[in-house]
Amino acid sequence: MTRRRLNRKHIPLLATSLVCLLLYGAAALRYPGFATPSVFVNLLADNAVLGVAALGMTFVILSGGIDLSVGAVVGCTGILLATMVDRLHIHPALAIPILLLAGTVFGAGMGALVRWFELPPFLVTLAGMLLARGIGFVTSLESVPLEHPFLVRLAGVQLPVGGGVGLSLAALVFLGLFAVSLHLSQYTKFGRNVYALGGNSVSAMLMGLPCGRTTVLIYAFSTFCSTLAGIVNSLYTLSGNASAAAGLELDAIAAVVIGGTLLSGGVGHIAGTVMGVLILGIIQTTITFEGTLSSWWTKIAIGVLLLTFILLQRFIQSRATAKS
Amino acid sequence: MAEASTPPATPTAARGGTGGGLRSSLKELVWPLVALGGVLLFNLIFSQGFFHIEVKEGHLFGSLIDILNRAAPVMLLGLGMTLVVATGGVDLSVGAVMAISGAVAALLVKQPGMPLAAVLGISLAASLAAGVWNGLLVALLDIQPMVGTLILMVAGRGIAQLITNGQIITFENKPFEFLGGGFLFGLPFTITLVVVFYLVLGYLARRTAFGLFVESVGDNFEASRLAGVNAALVKTVAYTLCGLCAGMAGLIITADIKAADSSNVGMYLELDAILSAVIGGTSLAGGRFNLTGALIGALLIQSLTTTILTRGVPVQFTLVVKAIVIVAVCLIQSDAARKYLLRRQGARV
Repeated sequence: MTRRRLNRKHIPLLATSLVCLLLYGAAALRYPGFATPSVFVNLLADNAVLGVAALGMTFVILSGGIDLSVGAVVGCTGILLATMVDRLHIHPALAIPILLLAGTVFGAGMGALVRWFELPPFLVTLAGMLLARGIGFVTSLESVPLEHPFLVRLAGVQLPVGGGVGLSLAALVFLGLFAVSLHLSQYTKFGRNVYALGGNSVSAMLMGLPCGRTTVLIYAFSTFCSTLAGIVNSLYTLSGNASAAAGLELDAIAAVVIGGTLLSGGVGHIAGTVMGVLILGIIQTTITFEGTLSSWWTKIAIGVLLLTFILLQRFIQSRATAKS
Repeated sequence: MAEASTPPATPTAARGGTGGGLRSSLKELVWPLVALGGVLLFNLIFSQGFFHIEVKEGHLFGSLIDILNRAAPVMLLGLGMTLVVATGGVDLSVGAVMAISGAVAALLVKQPGMPLAAVLGISLAASLAAGVWNGLLVALLDIQPMVGTLILMVAGRGIAQLITNGQIITFENKPFEFLGGGFLFGLPFTITLVVVFYLVLGYLARRTAFGLFVESVGDNFEASRLAGVNAALVKTVAYTLCGLCAGMAGLIITADIKAADSSNVGMYLELDAILSAVIGGTSLAGGRFNLTGALIGALLIQSLTTTILTRGVPVQFTLVVKAIVIVAVCLIQSDAARKYLLRRQGARV
């Protein structure tokens, strides 16, 4: 019994991993340069911003909520970091922790509104999105370059992994946060509470789990991740731009859903999200490799994949309910 | 709710109430009306010439007319979105559907000898099909509305770009441009379009059983299905109507800018549409809706934007103001917040 449940829980994750491998394999067969370590490392680095944001989003969705503020927070963080460093001459080593703290508080505020005033997460985070975009645009309408030597050095950090390639800081942050999220979701009380809350919030409350604290922490963690993604993004582009990462939240939601996490909450796995992010990345890279395919095919492909995965999930779910 | 009410003749006339359901309708709309009144009052006092309307070449001009004209696309989206939200769903794809209908129209308008009716018919049919697709995913396959419509939101814009080959298609076609820039009865033609959609949807919702079905499906899908309502069909129709409204809004904008800009048209408008429905008293939980409210919500959003612009405040503050409005509206409608306030008051007494 336990065994079957474990299997069922992991079917979407397995399916996603399989699709990811198939896509990668197909691309590697078609383009000789695709299977090289440098392309794979770049895949991690190029999708680090999306990945970091999607990891935070996974917790929100696991708890049955949604966070629309992700992209706006990334843009807002970028422009604030650039303004603090470039105009106010604050050392980045101080500015980055300040921003991470501010982001966490911002997220906690959204979580508090969701929890204690029982407002729909959709609307609260929509307001958060507009507020963050607004703050970003009010700070500066133009892109501000990041030229501080500390940041330039940080952006150039490489961890050699052999084969003449190195993991960039962005990739390291992505992998590091993946490890932290995996631990949080699988081996801590917080993670268990997130699953319980998403599975059935009333039961979770009746069981005496700290629902209020958990909700606030979830949104705080998600916005912390978006802020981190914003910092990674500004290091990647070495500039701050208030309109950066428009629509990133949708890509993040898509990555989470493709990764097998149910939007109704309670079911899913952090590793699935990483697979989802890699799938989106592989599609993007394939289209770049192809050269003749236009960028809109990415959107159509993502739409088709989303549909396929959702239908697969529905199928698994209905099979499961039919059995029980 | 069973109380039938005649929809008012013009969006602004809603202030006068709606005949039969006058009292209940007014009660629901009191907060959005107060907010709209507040914005207008602010302008009456602080913005000179805001209420000035003049006649030029037989057309009316002025800030108020401009607000009505500019709010038209969001009013249309808001009407459709209200029906979808009332079924307990949400449609994220309206912006992408606008792009699709605009792209199809621009492509057809460029064909020599293509009659206008065919242009309108085919592009609206495309948006109708998009709505049916959403409806099928949500109602028949029982996919969560947010994910189901996310598919078309992402893929739809890609399809629109595919149609226009990723370029901005510009065109010259006087009859088609009339949709976005023409005047009828001295008023922008867009207002007439909104009124027509409002009257038709209002008739469907309040004079036929459709409105009752929508509310019952939104309230409890399973219960209404067991009571004999074809719940899946009702949902599909709601999404289809929403798609149609989005298609019309897309045509208005495309005709107005005389170009199909697939990558940008309707961007973020799904959020404005949801917002105007919610401001108008439609609950995101479903089961309760107010079409007049959606129009007032859209007008409120546009009045705020116009006010910010005419006051010379940098346009980027609009987003901050919108954020505050959303939180305020949510708090006013939230039972938890009301209880919290009452408790505070009780403690003080």
